[in-house]
Amino acid sequence: MFILNAPVEETIEIDNRIYLLKVNALEISSIIKPGQFLNVRVSERVSPLLRRPFSVCDVDGEHLYLMFNIMGEGTNILAHKPKGSEIDILGPLGNGFNLGGDYKTAVIVAGGLGAAPFPYFTRTLTGKKDILSFIGGRSKDDVITYNLKNVKEATEDGSRGFKGNVVQLLEKNIELLKSKKIKIFACGPTPMLRALKSFCIKNEFDCEVSTECAMACGFGICQGCSIESITEQEKYLLVCKDGPVFNIKDVVI
Amino acid sequence: MNIDLSVKIGSLTLRNPIMLASGTVGYGNEISEFTDLNKLGAIVTKSLSLKPRKGNPPQRITETPAGMLNAIGLANVGVEVFLKEKIPFLKKFDVPLVCNIAASTIEEYVECTRTLTREETIKAFEINISCPNVREGGLIFGNDLNAVAKITDKVRSATDKPIIIKLSPNVSYIATFAKAAKENGADAVSAINTLVGTAFNIITRKPKLQNVTGGLSGPAIKPVAIAKVLEISREVDIPIIGIGGIMDWKDVIEFMIAGSSAVQIGTLNFIDPSAPGKIVKDLEGYCEKMSVEKISSLTASYIL
Ligand SMILES: Cc1cc2nc3c(=O)[nH]c(=O)nc-3n(C[C@H](O)[C@H](O)[C@H](O)COP(=O)(O)OP(=O)(O)OC[C@H]3O[C@@H](n4cnc5c(N)ncnc54)[C@H](O)[C@@H]3O)c2cc1C
Ligand SMILES: Cc1cc2nc3c(=O)[nH]c(=O)nc-3n(C[C@H](O)[C@H](O)[C@H](O)COP(=O)(O)O)c2cc1C
Ligand code: FES
Repeated sequence: MFILNAPVEETIEIDNRIYLLKVNALEISSIIKPGQFLNVRVSERVSPLLRRPFSVCDVDGEHLYLMFNIMGEGTNILAHKPKGSEIDILGPLGNGFNLGGDYKTAVIVAGGLGAAPFPYFTRTLTGKKDILSFIGGRSKDDVITYNLKNVKEATEDGSRGFKGNVVQLLEKNIELLKSKKIKIFACGPTPMLRALKSFCIKNEFDCEVSTECAMACGFGICQGCSIESITEQEKYLLVCKDGPVFNIKDVVI
Repeated sequence: MNIDLSVKIGSLTLRNPIMLASGTVGYGNEISEFTDLNKLGAIVTKSLSLKPRKGNPPQRITETPAGMLNAIGLANVGVEVFLKEKIPFLKKFDVPLVCNIAASTIEEYVECTRTLTREETIKAFEINISCPNVREGGLIFGNDLNAVAKITDKVRSATDKPIIIKLSPNVSYIATFAKAAKENGADAVSAINTLVGTAFNIITRKPKLQNVTGGLSGPAIKPVAIAKVLEISREVDIPIIGIGGIMDWKDVIEFMIAGSSAVQIGTLNFIDPSAPGKIVKDLEGYCEKMSVEKISSLTASYIL
C-alpha cells in the first residue's frame, strides 16, 4: 500500500460523459492487479471529506487509468483536474480477480460503469485465455466497451445490441457458454448481480464478482464496508479487505 | 531549543499528546504501514466486548458536510481473540496501548477489565459509555449519571491501571458526567464520542444508514468538541483527552488551549493514515516557533 501524489497526465472524456483519468504512479502501477482499487482524495478541503474508491481501469507502464462518470461532487472535481496537477491516491487496495484456474474462456459480464475494471483485466489475460465480453446498459449511452474484446451488447431499451438486460443476453447464449470451459468475471449494479447470481447457480458457472459499497478508509480500519457472508454467519466480511472481488456464491448481494 | 512534547494522563506519561482514537485504527496493524506507531503518544483499540460482536447490518457509513455518520455497532473480535491474535502484533511496539471497552452490563465492563488488566502490554483503559449506535452500554449508560458513577466505581476496583471514561456529547451538561467519573476514581476523561445524527435519501425517503441514526464525526463536530472540553476544564479538575474533528496540528493546539492534556485523532486516519506522525512533527515546529518549551503548558491556557 502506498499513499502518493500522482501527477495528472490527462483527463479524457472518452464518450457520453465517461471520463478517463491518466496519472503517473509507478510504485502502484508496477504491482496493482486487475480488480484491485485505489482510494482517491479528490481535494484537500474538508468537503468532500472522504476518499473516493475507483477500480484500476487500465495500466500502461508507469501510468494508471481510472474510469468514471460524474456522480456527485467528488467525481466532478476529479473530472476537472488539470494536466500537471496532482492527486493523492492510496493503493493498491483489495484483493483483485483470481485469474488462475483451468478455465479456457474468461467471460466478462458488466453493466454501466461496471466495465471500469475490465480494460486492464483484458490486457492482462490477452494471449492467456479467450475472452468474451457481455456488456449491458439501460440505453446505448450507458454501454461502455472501451478497450474490451469480443463484445456482445445489451440495452434495456433496445437502442443498441440485444434488447433486454445482460443476464438475458447470457441466457440467449447459453449453448455457446456451455460449450466452453468458462469462468465469469462480473461487475455492475446490484439488480444485475442478483440476476447473475441465480443464473450462475442454476447453470453451475464459477463466477467472481467485484462489489461496491460506501467506504471510508478502503484498507480495513473503519469497518464501514461490511457485506453479509454466506459461509461465515458470525461476522461480516469487509468489501475493502476481503473483497472487493468475491466468489458470487460467498456473499449476499 | 529542547522541546518537551510529553504529557501526563494521571500516572501515564505519553511521549507526545497524539493518540489514535478508538474505532479508527482497528487493532493497529493496517495503520502501522503509514505511521510509525513508536512515534505516537498512545493508541486506543477498537471497543472490545467480552464476546465478539458482529455489528450493525450495512449500510453503516455515509458522508455528510465536513463529516461522516457511522453506525458500525461496535463490531469487534471480543476479548479472547484480541488477547490471542491482536496483542502479539501490538507487543512489538513501544507505544502505550489503551484498551477501549464497551459492554451491555456493568458486570461485563468489570469482567472485560479484569481479564485484560493481566496483560502487561495494556497500559490503561478507556471505558466507552457513549456509543450512540447500540442501545445498552451506549446511549443509555452515557446519559445516566448513576450508571456512569457505578461503572467507574466498579471498573476502578477491577484494575490498578489508569482509567479514562469516554464521555458522550449527547447530554445536556457534560461536566456533571466528568465530575461523576472523577469522584468515582477515574484518572481522566475523554471527550467527545460522536454526536447522534441522521441523513435521508430524498429519492427513496429512506435513511441512508440501515440503523437509521449514526454517530457524526469529523471536522463538522470540532467546535462542539472544543466547547465540551472547555466546559469540563472550567468545572472539573481532571485530565481531559480532547477528541473531535482534528485535521492538523492547529486543531491539536486549539484543543489543548481549551483544556485538553492530550488529544485523539479519529476520522482523519481514514483520509490520511500518515497524518498522525506528521502532526507530531508539526507540533514540534509550532513549539519551536512560539518558544513553548513544554507542550503541556498549553493545557487550559485559554484567556477568557
Ligand atoms: C471498490 C470500488 C470501486 C469503484 N470503482 C469505480 C470505478 O471504477 N468507476 C466509477 O465511476 N465508480 C467506481 N466506484 C464508485 C465510486 O466510488 C463513486 O461513484 C464515487 O464515490 C462517487 O463520488 P461522488 O463524490 O462523485 O458522489 P457523491 O454521491 O456525491 O458521494 C459519494 C458518497 O456516496 C458514498 N457511496 C459511494 N458509493 C456508494 C455505494 N455503492 N453505496 C452507498 N454509498 C456510496 C460514498 O461514501 C461517498 O461518500 C467504485 C466504488 C467502490 C467501492
Ligand atoms: C467509524 C468509526 C468507528 C468508531 N468506533 C468507536 C468505538 O468502537 N469506540 C469508541 O469509543 N469510539 C468510536 N468512535 C468514535 C471515535 O473514537 C471519536 O470519538 C469520534 O470519531 C470523534 O473524533 P473524530 O472527529 O476525530 O473522528 C468511532 C468513530 C468512527 C468514525
Ligand atoms: S472501507 Fe474502511 S474497513 Fe473497509
